[in-house]
Amino acid sequence: MTPIPHETTHASRTAGISALLKTAFINALIALVLFSLMVGIRTEAGSDGQLTYWTRFGDLASLVAAVFGGSILIELLRQWIGSTGTEKLVPPAVKSGMSFVGRYLAPALLIFTLLVPVIFYNQRYILDLAILVLTYVMLGWGLNVVVGLAGLLDLGYVAFYAVGAYSYALLATNFGWSFWVCLPLAGILAAFWGVLLGFPVLRLRGDYLAIVTLAFGEIIRLVIINWQELTGGPNGVSSIPRPSFFGIPLDNSDSGLAARLGIEYSPTHRIVFLFYLILALALLTNWVTIRLRRLPIGRAWEALREDEVACRALGINTTTTKLTAFATGAMFGGFAGAFFATRQGFISPESFTFQESALVLAIVVLGGMGSQLGVALAALAMIGGFELFRSLETYRMLVFGMAMVLIMIWRPRGLIGHRAPTVYLTKAQAISSDLVKEGHG
Amino acid sequence: MDYFAQQLINGLVLGSIYGLIAIGYTMVYGIVGMINFAHGDVFMIGGFVALITFVLLISTGLTAIPVILLVVLLVSMAITALYGWTIERIAYRPLRHSFRLAPMLSAIGMSFVLTNYSQVAQGARVKPIPPFITGGYTLHESQDGFVIQLSNIQIMVVVTTIVLLAIFTWLVSRTRLGRDMRACEQDQTMAALLGVNVDRTISMTFVIGAALAAVAGLMYLLYYGLVDFFMGFVAGIKAFTAAVLGGIGSLPGAMLGGLAIGLIETFWSAYFSVEYKDVAAFSILIVVLIFMPTGLLGRPEVEKV
Repeated sequence: MTPIPHETTHASRTAGISALLKTAFINALIALVLFSLMVGIRTEAGSDGQLTYWTRFGDLASLVAAVFGGSILIELLRQWIGSTGTEKLVPPAVKSGMSFVGRYLAPALLIFTLLVPVIFYNQRYILDLAILVLTYVMLGWGLNVVVGLAGLLDLGYVAFYAVGAYSYALLATNFGWSFWVCLPLAGILAAFWGVLLGFPVLRLRGDYLAIVTLAFGEIIRLVIINWQELTGGPNGVSSIPRPSFFGIPLDNSDSGLAARLGIEYSPTHRIVFLFYLILALALLTNWVTIRLRRLPIGRAWEALREDEVACRALGINTTTTKLTAFATGAMFGGFAGAFFATRQGFISPESFTFQESALVLAIVVLGGMGSQLGVALAALAMIGGFELFRSLETYRMLVFGMAMVLIMIWRPRGLIGHRAPTVYLTKAQAISSDLVKEGHG
Repeated sequence: MDYFAQQLINGLVLGSIYGLIAIGYTMVYGIVGMINFAHGDVFMIGGFVALITFVLLISTGLTAIPVILLVVLLVSMAITALYGWTIERIAYRPLRHSFRLAPMLSAIGMSFVLTNYSQVAQGARVKPIPPFITGGYTLHESQDGFVIQLSNIQIMVVVTTIVLLAIFTWLVSRTRLGRDMRACEQDQTMAALLGVNVDRTISMTFVIGAALAAVAGLMYLLYYGLVDFFMGFVAGIKAFTAAVLGGIGSLPGAMLGGLAIGLIETFWSAYFSVEYKDVAAFSILIVVLIFMPTGLLGRPEVEKV
């Protein structure tokens, strides 16, 4: 590399700064027009139904200023990081360190998760949050079968979650069936609905498939809202029975688990039990997925994700491949739904909106589509992030949407985008993303 | 029969609104090959901008309704078009050569951003406006007292739609921009080699789609007399259904599909149940995609290997 004369750098730098300011100014101007009416003027319906308005020019000014400053900052960062095409050299020590972390991260996380109820026994809030995170980890792993392995974009995954939840809630409240009888039933019913959805969408690909699954999810939700005799409509189903320890109730009665073991009763027992229950369910999902990936059907899913036409040419039955993917994913969604119902004790259609589907999908995408560890970490990050924004309830979804756009721009293949083939001859080589055309299924 | 005729009128008016939104979907799909999931929310933004402009104009003491309507129309089209441009620039252009699911997911994120942005900026409550355009014609009165009404606002919606469609058809078939758009739709690389500015053409597609959605938002506001931050989601899916029904990529198809969806929804509400009207619309989407994925006027998609 030859040294560059001093004057040239100086000249290009001043030109860079003026261009920088110009871009920032244009961006700020665009922001001013965009926000002028929507933010600068606030309308509200008065008590007499008449619309009133007031101005918020301060907010408008600060937003425009933020855009101005932000675009300068982004431009500077871009120059500092350099063009995206440059290859970064990673020192071998860091590389081996990374692979060390990669190898031991999953077992370490698992051991930590197992110990969570012991460490945080007295912190109910953390236990509840951990249960919530694990529920989403399970949902993410379930959806990962459909989206990550089979490459079928499913925007209506929450429908199966709802089917599972309502199956358990209705069977338990109407017939008094126990959780352990209903759990498999909820999974089977959800899988059945998965196949039902799978049939019509077999011929669809990519975006069409996404929209149809979205419509399916909405249909399920609308039917739940409107079929009041069965589901209670918008009021939902309440007083859903709590789970028992294989028939032994976890309460303060004489026949309860605490009394039988001869220990003092505490409401935390139930929380800890729920924690291990969802952990077991999530690990079951993970284990089944990992095992299925090594079976012909799992290989077929991955082949389908990479290239459907090639799949057909090689004689893979795409019908059964897609249907099994939908059914398997839906079944885990159903399990998670049944758990959700028994944990909450109350369910209503409010819990099964499109936002929920999008959240689970975002977890799978952020996790790198297909990476089990990535999905778990993404669920932790997403739900944890949601908790951080809990006080800013109205801004939560706004930030979530922005995060989704930014992740897609920054790392379309998720945090762990590395994909090693599951079958190889002599050496596992990472597949370049140029070679796969994912998402056409 | 009278009841049927009245529902027919209502359905056509609703269908015009859906058709205007559907054109945005179909145009973008035709050129970029992605579903602009945020388009329904662009329609919602258009409605909000129109509402705010209305409130501002009325507070200045302006009373001439045609002037107010014209100003509102122009302002909401301009600002919403800028929204469309910005969305494309931020969320879709960086992903144009990414893998296929990426733009879709980015669009979903953008849809959340827009929905919650207007909730944060304008509050969650429904915003009503007083009726501006009143009056109408009684077309027919039967013996049992049922009256077929054709209100002025209904006439206005349909006339505006027809005028816009005429302008739009001229734009696509006769102007330089329209030719560029059709060229990009067929082959972007070849179009670029022949001197078409592909980026600019795609941007313009989003701008035009957003402007039409803004008109739809204004019509919705005038017809129903209210807007809320969540109206874009369902309207967007229905308009997308219309675009698919008409054959995605086909402009007359989008309008035809819009009318069909409007009629089906209205008749379903009138003769079966209001509660399940959205279920009906979504079921049509599924049924259409299973039995005629190319829609009414679409071309079959050929996959090249």
